[in-house]
Amino acid sequence: MSAANRIAGKGRLTPAKTARFTFDGKTYTALEGDTVASALIANNIHLVGRSFKYHRPRGILSAGAEEPNALIDVSRDAARKQPNVRATVQEVFDGMIVESQNRFPSLSFDIGGINNLLSPFFAAGFYYKTFMWPKAAWKSLYEPIIRRAAGLGVAPKEADPDHYAGRYAHCDVLVVGAGVAGLSAALAAAQTGAKVILCDEQADVGGALRYDSGVTIDGLSGYEWAQKTVAALKAMDNVQVLTRTTAFGYYNHNFVGLAERVTDHVANPSRHLPRERLWQLRAKRVILANGAIERHMVFPNNDRPGIMLASAARMYLNQYGVAVGQKVGVYTAHDSAYEAAFDLKRAGVEIAAIVDCRQTPGADVLAEARSLGIDVLAGQSVVNTSGKLRISSMTVARNGGGSPRKIAVDALLVSAGWTPSVHLFSQSRGKVKFEPETQRFLPGTYAQDCLSVGACNGTDDLQRTIEESLAAGELMAQAAGKASAGKISISAEQAHQWTGGMIGAAEGAGPETSAKAFIDFQHDVCAKDIRLAVREGMHSIEHIKRFTTNGMASDQGKLSNMHGLAIAAEMLGKEIPQVGLTTFRAPYTPVTYGTLIAHSRGDLFDPTRKTPLHQWEEAQGAVFEDVGNWKRAWFYPRAGETMHQAVARECKTARDVAGVFDASTLGKIEVVGPDAAEFMNLMYTNAWDTLKPGKCRYGIMTRDDGFVYDDGVVGRLADDRFHVTTTTGGAPRVLNHMEDYLQTEFPHLKVWLTSVTEQWAVIAVQGPKAREIIAPLVEGVDISNEAFPHMSVAECTVMGVPSRLFRVSFTGETGFEINVPADYGQSVLEAVWANAEPLGACVYGTETMHVLRAEKGYIIVGQDTDGTVTPDDAGLNWAVSKKKTDFVGIRGLKRPDLVKEGRKQLVGLVTKDPSLVLEEGAQVVANPNEPKPMTMLGHVTSSYWSENLGKSIAFALVAGGRKRMGETLYVPMPDKTIAVEVTDMVFFDKEGGRING
Amino acid sequence: MLLIYCPYCQEERSELEFRGAGDAHIARPTNIADISDEQFEEFFFLRDNPKGLIFERWRHQHGCGRFFNAARDTISDKFIMTYKAGEPKPDIGTAAAPHAPVETYEQLEGEAK
Repeated sequence: MSAANRIAGKGRLTPAKTARFTFDGKTYTALEGDTVASALIANNIHLVGRSFKYHRPRGILSAGAEEPNALIDVSRDAARKQPNVRATVQEVFDGMIVESQNRFPSLSFDIGGINNLLSPFFAAGFYYKTFMWPKAAWKSLYEPIIRRAAGLGVAPKEADPDHYAGRYAHCDVLVVGAGVAGLSAALAAAQTGAKVILCDEQADVGGALRYDSGVTIDGLSGYEWAQKTVAALKAMDNVQVLTRTTAFGYYNHNFVGLAERVTDHVANPSRHLPRERLWQLRAKRVILANGAIERHMVFPNNDRPGIMLASAARMYLNQYGVAVGQKVGVYTAHDSAYEAAFDLKRAGVEIAAIVDCRQTPGADVLAEARSLGIDVLAGQSVVNTSGKLRISSMTVARNGGGSPRKIAVDALLVSAGWTPSVHLFSQSRGKVKFEPETQRFLPGTYAQDCLSVGACNGTDDLQRTIEESLAAGELMAQAAGKASAGKISISAEQAHQWTGGMIGAAEGAGPETSAKAFIDFQHDVCAKDIRLAVREGMHSIEHIKRFTTNGMASDQGKLSNMHGLAIAAEMLGKEIPQVGLTTFRAPYTPVTYGTLIAHSRGDLFDPTRKTPLHQWEEAQGAVFEDVGNWKRAWFYPRAGETMHQAVARECKTARDVAGVFDASTLGKIEVVGPDAAEFMNLMYTNAWDTLKPGKCRYGIMTRDDGFVYDDGVVGRLADDRFHVTTTTGGAPRVLNHMEDYLQTEFPHLKVWLTSVTEQWAVIAVQGPKAREIIAPLVEGVDISNEAFPHMSVAECTVMGVPSRLFRVSFTGETGFEINVPADYGQSVLEAVWANAEPLGACVYGTETMHVLRAEKGYIIVGQDTDGTVTPDDAGLNWAVSKKKTDFVGIRGLKRPDLVKEGRKQLVGLVTKDPSLVLEEGAQVVANPNEPKPMTMLGHVTSSYWSENLGKSIAFALVAGGRKRMGETLYVPMPDKTIAVEVTDMVFFDKEGGRING
Repeated sequence: MLLIYCPYCQEERSELEFRGAGDAHIARPTNIADISDEQFEEFFFLRDNPKGLIFERWRHQHGCGRFFNAARDTISDKFIMTYKAGEPKPDIGTAAAPHAPVETYEQLEGEAK
């Protein structure tokens, strides 16, 4: 073992199992099971990063998820690279590449460190003050500089090649945290037979038992008991233990999100394994055993590398076998830090002194310190530190202004006491309550079916923790419906009872100083910044938080919130509960986007809908466009054709010969029942009882407010059966709208609604030769113009396939739409095409469909209407019944604003220069020379080049449009103003004879 | 994510299966064509935004497809009850909450038994 700070015989890692990794390009050796933090400290490295704002050298502060400082960039290769990983959580694997962050050119010499010297200019809130003037400098100067300086770490440039998984799970009892409380609770719940899931964010269970060497449970060391207990739990069929799994969010009705890190610790992960897995878990009952987080002391220059939490030093020693220094000081306000000194001393590390700001430390630990020969300086404080890239000394003075003296140290362990982790409890919307004696927030009023146990519930005593947890485990299993299975008895002892703790600034960091005493390490917030915020008028903790950014870093203030709150309360002269606590929000620790997205990316991001004719269209060389989730054939370019050329050819051919078009995506709803016609009368503006079976009608659907909601052709197949078509995008909401009225407003009607969109493939054949193309295939109906005129429907067979044949047209040409069961779609299309192609017909896509319908003045709901357009605005008043006494929208249409003069109306526009095609969405004005802002009359809704007419055509919604026929209006564009003439909307075949061919 | 009891399927299902559909117990006037502008405004546009008890409609969109009504507390997001469309608006007092907030685990013991 080469690492300088490993202590033989300490820790639980196997010396023979090594892993090599690089840190800033230099290779180091770690042991299997090391975190990056423990491996770096083993190699005597404390300096691991630079702080965000002042670029101060920073080290490893903790040994857990709360780490604010030691954020690193971890990679396997250029693509598998993650910034802002906490070195205290990330396990080392062989071949790992670790880089420090936020430094240039190197960690030990960082140019950004000048910010530390300039810090008087960077006071809290400086963002809001400094960059206000001159105004012009914002875009050219301030913003680019701030953008370069802002942010931690560098995002990888390549797409993430790893995959992520998601899982849904249910259980009777979820236990969060596998320390002594969580293990006890899980044990008691599991023995009832309840389905239990136990999760812990660490690789190894045990929680504080991993470092607390003074604990004995049932005759075993705490750590051995934890291992034995978890083995027993894993052996039970009804228990699932998830390590490396963070419960990051507690949502409604005991819905808890877990992020499981599956391969981040593995050197060569199997390609079949996901990197991380999201668990979406619904638990009947939840037990929160989150433990507590140790707070640091707030004193001048408390951020040098080598200064760390006392419990972290114990963890590095007892779990990883690593001494954090050779001459270690302790500065504390709580007894627990003494035990770190005891452990290190027993391992042979020199303890410079325990500085205790309290006058009277706990008698129990004081006696033990004396017996170990450790110097305890009670009633004294560390008032400064020195050391450029690592602490070299602490300056100690008696409280109240004693003469300072320097004590040389290479590490300083600090503890201001413990903050119960009420994060998940608070996320569950439980209300915390403040306990003044211990100055901590504890679970108060529960909002969900959960219980907190152990340290996160403020229970300090070990035996009491175990009993409370066992009781909770049994209780929650019973509440989830399990019978009691008898009591479990566990007896435990701890070496020392702990007392003490403080929140807020310590000696030397009071209001009289301008020293940098850090509260929030990651965002470089000092005690004085909180005071400044209060002086500048921030009185709410939420305002103070935002002004100073205290608690807003990726560690979410796990260490800083209580200190900040205490200092603010002191400044405001209020009690802590009156100042209040900021809200805890998910996630508890950062969760990667990959985990949250899981499989939903790339092709799996959203469902893709393809029509039954899709394959054939692909073979024909179609270019597809996305229409909602549908892939629709857009146009069919021939070799060498541009889109414009292809569309022009398709448009010409369809009108000159015929065209074949896939209309399968049209929404289709079958409306069936004895009251079907009455229901249709209520849902559409037109009259339907007068429509004879075998005939079709174009229908407009409005909402109760009178605005156009959808449109489509409806065929009546029988007295009690309508075949309703909707717009492609509108199908689901139209069905929902119909169901809503049928179920809740008109439940007396005997009607059944069925979505049949996917059941039918729809082949439209349009053009002068349409009949000639389909006639040989159709049986059972006479499709001559006399027997089967425009707007007819019949059930027949096509190629022997049962079919619904519509004589309808969205082109103004003689047209048919053949509906056949989806599975026969391609065969029928092939037969249609075999007849069509020799006649010179074409297959056309949605772009040509759009042009052809615009030439004829047919609107598209959702393109030419926008939810504020009435049937009259769209020129469709003829489709609104004047005789009916009720339909959805009848009253809305009479509203004063909907009938007043001057509403925007759909009209046609032709450009004075016929070669200019307007931009859809462009504004229309009457006087282009009017000073800005001009009076805007409306906007262009559809615009195309019409090859058949040899000019550009457009629709626009224009105020008072129908009274402006022949008027010249203008469409101002960035580079020119286009003059247009207002026309009616029918540009082609105004007499409408072609449709009856 | 909420758990919602569908009164038609008669079981709790995840919120993913449902879609909210606005306020409940707003009947469309049977003589809607004849009502005044003020009456139409009241019917179509005006809604309360209560803190606390709300009656609202849900649809079991990806389940049975039925619309139903629910009484929910807008502060805690807890459902007090759900019931079929067309049933009268229930009279809900404060006692109707599913259970009072739990202060301690000893207190919950009563419920477990």
